[in-house]
Amino acid sequence: MEDNKFLENFAFQFDETDPGSILLDTHFKKLDEWSSLIALSVMAMADEQYRVKITADDIKNSTTVNDILLLIKERS
Amino acid sequence: MTAKIKAISYYLPEQVLNNDEINSIFPEWSVDKISDKTGIYSRHIAAEDEFASDMAVKAANKLFLEHDIDRSSIDFILLCTQSPDYFLPTTACIVQNKIGVPISAGALDFNLGCSGYIYGLALAKGLVAAGIAKNVLLITSETYSKFIHPKDKSNRTIFGDAASATVISSSEGFAEILDFDLGTDGNGEDNLKVKRGGIKFSKNNEEDKSDDYGNIINENNLYMNGGEIFNFTSSAVPGLINNVLSKNNRSKDEINLFIFHQANKYMLNHLRKKLYIPEDKFFYFLKDCGNTVSSTIPIALSEAKKQNRLEGEVLLAGFGVGYSWGGCLIKIL
Repeated sequence: MEDNKFLENFAFQFDETDPGSILLDTHFKKLDEWSSLIALSVMAMADEQYRVKITADDIKNSTTVNDILLLIKERS
Repeated sequence: MTAKIKAISYYLPEQVLNNDEINSIFPEWSVDKISDKTGIYSRHIAAEDEFASDMAVKAANKLFLEHDIDRSSIDFILLCTQSPDYFLPTTACIVQNKIGVPISAGALDFNLGCSGYIYGLALAKGLVAAGIAKNVLLITSETYSKFIHPKDKSNRTIFGDAASATVISSSEGFAEILDFDLGTDGNGEDNLKVKRGGIKFSKNNEEDKSDDYGNIINENNLYMNGGEIFNFTSSAVPGLINNVLSKNNRSKDEINLFIFHQANKYMLNHLRKKLYIPEDKFFYFLKDCGNTVSSTIPIALSEAKKQNRLEGEVLLAGFGVGYSWGGCLIKIL
């Protein structure tokens, strides 16, 4: 799985945040736009694009975008 | 003996909570943007002195009036609520007296949320098929607004109050109730819960806490772990739909319309895509009433009927708190 494609998918869940500002080491929960609804979108994206289940606890225990990417890689 | 849905009516409380009002309460929150995703722009909220029995009575009286149904023909009342007036007596008993259904009628409450209407249809079909009742009045009535913390912006944005009334009859109706698939997984009990106010944990003066997203949490109020509910739905509903289809010996293509519990548009779209259901066969009705728990399916079904969208076979599916889920086919007559 391509890291860049994942970054693009991740950034696509945000409406206002500049996609270029979202990198693998971004602390996504610190982004102004981060919300419970975007958390849901990330879970849906993981399910729709990668057939991987990400839980609410996974999001809670993750800090960077890369943490989510690693979870998806591990489970796909 | 077959069981048929004869008529449906619903009641929405007068008071409306629209996005302008949510904006004025939570100015830091862009509710319109959220609404674009949830598909919910306003909700009806029960008055301070309006409770599950009151809304049930209003929905039932509307049904008798709108469809010219003789209240003395009702011989069983099934009432679905998680916000009953009292621990006891049973809300359905209070309602029987207020709507003038004969005292020879049976009446009981059952406690389910978003799957409640499907379970109600299953119970009603059982009563009719066994010859125990001829005309079952199935009522759903829910005032989640009374459980929600005033500062809980997420839940206030999603849930609305409502009641519905349906008659399931042995003799006549517009849709025959076919076969069901039901399921339960109590392992999810903590993800949608009002913990305090029952017998095990009485209400206390606990201070408010805030979750990771700034929502106020208090055990005296409704708690929903949106992420976990999303995951549960995403994994349980596709299996449910396939089971309903196989129990009825149907393929997806043979279904004319899918009416799911109207949780929120975002979730519905996710499920629709996951199940490869074309948009024109998928019914949405939540813009002006929100997620009304056990009333979303009867409200949507009644609106689909008004819009002449009902033909052939229609698949109904409800899922949520418990966890509990259920689905069935109805055949339009």
